[in-house]
Amino acid sequence: MSEFEPRIVAFLCHWCTYTGADLAGTTRQQYPPSIRVIHLMCSGAVDSIYVLKALIDGADGVLIGGCHPGDCHYQTGNYKARRRLAILKGILNQMGFTEDRVLLKWISASEGKLFADTVTKMTNDLKKMGPNPMKQLWNA
Amino acid sequence: MAQGKMRGDKSSALVIGAGIAGMQSALLLAEMGRKVFLLEQGPAIGGYFPLLDKTFPTNSCGVCFMSPTPPAFCPIYECHLHDNIELLPYSEVKKVEGTGGDFRVSIVRKPRFVDPKRCTLCEACIKVCPVEVEREFGGGLEKRKAIYLPYPQAIPHSLVIDPRTCTRCGECVKACAPGAIDLDMKEEEEEIGAGAILLGFGFEPFLAQKKGEYGFGRYENVLTSVQFERLISTSSPTQGFPVRVSDGKKMEKIAFIQCVGSRDPSCGQDHCSTICCMYATKQAMIAKERASGLNVTFFYMDIRPMGKDYERYYERAKSEYGIEYIRSAISSVKELQQTKNLFITYLKEDGIFEEREFDSVILSVGFTPPQNIKDIAGGMGLLLNQQGFCQTDEFHPAQTSVEGIFVGGAFRGPRDIPETVVEGSSAAAAAASFLAPNASSPSRKEYPMEGALGEEIPKIGVFICHCGEELKKSLSLFDLILGTKLLREVVHIEEVGLACLPEDLDLIKKRIGEHGLNRIVIAGCSHREIRKPMEEMAKGMGFNPYLIEYANIREQCAFVHRDLPELATEKAMVLIRMAVERARRIQPIRKGSQKVEKRGLVVGGGVAGMTASLRLAEQGYEVCLIEKERELGGNLRDSFYTLRGSNPQSLLQDLIQKVKNHPSIRPYFETEIIGFEKRNGHYKTKILRPDGEESLEHGALILATGGREVVPKEYLYGKDPRVITQRQLEKMIHLKDEGLKEVRSAVMIQCVGSRDEEHPYCSRICCGHAVKNALKLKEQNHSAQVYVLYRDVRTYGFYETYYHEARGKGIVFIRYDLEKKPEVALENGRLSVSVFDPAMGSRVSLPADRLILSAGVEPNDNRDLAKIFDVDLNPDGFFMEANPKSAPLDSVDRGKFFCGLCHSPNFIEDSISQGNASAARAGALLSKEAVEEKAYLANVIKRLCCGCGLCVTVCPYGARALNEEEVKAEVMESLCQGCGNCVVACRNGASQQRNFDKALNLAVLDAAID
Repeated sequence: MSEFEPRIVAFLCHWCTYTGADLAGTTRQQYPPSIRVIHLMCSGAVDSIYVLKALIDGADGVLIGGCHPGDCHYQTGNYKARRRLAILKGILNQMGFTEDRVLLKWISASEGKLFADTVTKMTNDLKKMGPNPMKQLWNA
Repeated sequence: MAQGKMRGDKSSALVIGAGIAGMQSALLLAEMGRKVFLLEQGPAIGGYFPLLDKTFPTNSCGVCFMSPTPPAFCPIYECHLHDNIELLPYSEVKKVEGTGGDFRVSIVRKPRFVDPKRCTLCEACIKVCPVEVEREFGGGLEKRKAIYLPYPQAIPHSLVIDPRTCTRCGECVKACAPGAIDLDMKEEEEEIGAGAILLGFGFEPFLAQKKGEYGFGRYENVLTSVQFERLISTSSPTQGFPVRVSDGKKMEKIAFIQCVGSRDPSCGQDHCSTICCMYATKQAMIAKERASGLNVTFFYMDIRPMGKDYERYYERAKSEYGIEYIRSAISSVKELQQTKNLFITYLKEDGIFEEREFDSVILSVGFTPPQNIKDIAGGMGLLLNQQGFCQTDEFHPAQTSVEGIFVGGAFRGPRDIPETVVEGSSAAAAAASFLAPNASSPSRKEYPMEGALGEEIPKIGVFICHCGEELKKSLSLFDLILGTKLLREVVHIEEVGLACLPEDLDLIKKRIGEHGLNRIVIAGCSHREIRKPMEEMAKGMGFNPYLIEYANIREQCAFVHRDLPELATEKAMVLIRMAVERARRIQPIRKGSQKVEKRGLVVGGGVAGMTASLRLAEQGYEVCLIEKERELGGNLRDSFYTLRGSNPQSLLQDLIQKVKNHPSIRPYFETEIIGFEKRNGHYKTKILRPDGEESLEHGALILATGGREVVPKEYLYGKDPRVITQRQLEKMIHLKDEGLKEVRSAVMIQCVGSRDEEHPYCSRICCGHAVKNALKLKEQNHSAQVYVLYRDVRTYGFYETYYHEARGKGIVFIRYDLEKKPEVALENGRLSVSVFDPAMGSRVSLPADRLILSAGVEPNDNRDLAKIFDVDLNPDGFFMEANPKSAPLDSVDRGKFFCGLCHSPNFIEDSISQGNASAARAGALLSKEAVEEKAYLANVIKRLCCGCGLCVTVCPYGARALNEEEVKAEVMESLCQGCGNCVVACRNGASQQRNFDKALNLAVLDAAID
């Protein structure tokens, strides 16, 4: 069996992180093809249900990308995302998911390298963690 | 040389210099409906802004808030997107003919040698280019080729060839697959017609080589602050981690030397560069965050953080970050041969020499005028000041010496970003007034009616763009097409070469007709790149542009997984599947609009309020000016002369006359604000006049409620008549008070009611006022000895020259610390001030016939007003802006602005700029017949709404309200910015967002997971 390739679902905000991900491309930063980007207007628009569904459906990790504190284009969306995730992590633990499968990261439009590094590191971490156990349930 | 036809006319504006000020002017005038040409001499627009990663005092970026229509991308990109702005990069002005109102400007467009339309940024040419030189961006720390991208996000987003270093070997031409390079490209001449010209030439950093004693250019580890800014930027090669230039080792102990090329007549720079204290402090803080354990020492003369909230920032740098500030003069900087460390000898305030070793030294270089400015100014007939910056009248800060030519930003002298943004806006206001009435706005493009798409079953056309063969290098298009065929509701798939070019756009257009497509998916580059041409094409044929979906298989796939073609293709397939899934579910969006109430309400009739009213009225809007007193003027009534020598009383009379005579301004005296309501698209304010209540409807609100001098509580003020404030002294000097003639010794104490516990901010203007009054006092009474007891002398910018003059005239400046405040004693009926003089190391006692307290500035009590208008106050009681850096006068809510002393302590000149600027921001809003709503609006499914009101709490824009009768939430469409935060807040799924509704996002998520 070939090496386990994690699948990450990423919710990126329109203004900062999505643009940062584009910059990673323009500057040819290489990172593993593990990530599937869903484009939203704001990290504050990431519903907990999206994160839960992604994990239940078998995604190995979920990345939420938003503007740095103070830079949210909608004033406070990133703070809302941060609080929401803090609560969600408790629920994830209760449900038996490792909370480390979900990562919230502030990446600005000028941080292409940081985006690439984040995906690389997250992919490696998930490799160590192993596949999302839910996947086996679906395949059973 | 090719000669083009003249473009632009008397109603358009030409902005020269696309830095922060220029971009701000351009964006505002464009929003006001003007055709704007934005000319830049460099190959990319943006000025110094792209170099900055984090800015003070927030240590965030925040520059995206600069656009008059938030939320927005960074201004560089917004200028590129704006329909009314035409960029003229890599161009120079050759000749200006005509006069104000009707200029004809000949410009030369320098050859890029690369066609931006065809360049796909594949960078094949960069690999083969044999010439390597220093990259200008970031002060030459990095290298670039002769063909290069100025910096990664550069707009225009295309490579350029530097003709000075290119050897014309032709390798790049051979390597370029799309054939975008033409080494025989010639410069083109063009003529631009414009009614007004706005200058944003900006500044250049002082050449550190000129201060050879600091070793820049000789010692490897001596850097300029420009280089250090680049080094600590997250986009630098070390990702912002500060390393030594000589050996790449981690920096551990660094020094900043302040005032390099500032306050230094020996190198022709007698002015203070205003912002170096702050930018260096910021750099030190960021560097310390990036490299823990870094030791930072500052060598400085005076620390000058005199902007809004800057004092707190400086205090934080000392207390939280442990940055050490040493008041000193540098004696020498020497390099140690083996370690390449630097050995600094410095003279402390108490006259003692000390030495220290550092591993790197950063020189905080000052501002100089642009190099070739004399020629350019000469060509336009523009007057420059002594320092070589643009000469302006104190009370007409946006007006140059030539009618019809306006100026803003650092070309007027060193200033920070907030001031630059204010002045860029101010120049736009002045230009708009000059150009008014808005004769012909650029003809709005007429588009055909849209077909009734959206209701029928989706018929999706997928176009996969290989970007001039580029994507084929890492993706198998064959597999993608095969896979796409299996997706539901896809009826047409086609490979295209460059979807952004007219040929392919025409092809897509043809296919839409042929196959009756009602949804389009473009798989190729990021939507940021291709959206504009695609939407233009769609609108042109009556196809709703919101039915186009984009799969980003270039920036977010092919470019970043170059060596993994199989996995990259698999990922691209998923991305296309997700986009198709989205396309199946999206609905056409027809943006609604709200009628604009073309009236402004200005609260406060001081200099800022009157200026704002006049600029708004001159743009053609009605203005209601509310004043609580019986007459106009505010603080200006008690101001009699300025440091620069202008007469505020004539300004006062002039403003009052103009306000009273302007037919569109309705002043209300002795009037209070008692109520305020937000309606969809406009505001309704209730006022109480002496003769009754009235309701005013208006589209914009400008608060200019002013401030006042702090009433001192110490130094015997109010107890001894000889203890007065600077304003009282100013009046006495103006009235030629007899008592002043007897004065043999006057003592001034600075920072009374500033920089202390009760007022923990710097009042900015008191040092200037003290110097002004000291000079005047000396002028009237030569024999008087004047002492100024100060903590830091903050005569920033060109005010520094007056400080210099004051010292030359024998005015004595003695420094004191907050811990060792001066003490005032009354002995035998005589006042005396005792203060510890650090230079002498002992206390001195000064006789004081008059003791003048430089009392700070505080805002009027705005707590009630803030509550009524639903705006925030900062802890010091000043109004709080949406972003201190790039939206300094805007409230978070659309259509509310601040200016003058209620915003921050200001000189008259600054208040005028702010008044102008707030009128420009308001004018940009009022200029439209109707405010177009955002595309991705939130909406409420009433059936599901339980009226809990969570969405109302969550909305950052106040765009949600609870309908008390129905107990249902409502959306005010004109205020909704489409962030989607309310969608998440709703527990019933009643709150949804157009084309981002939960069901749609979940379906896309399904498609994302294999």
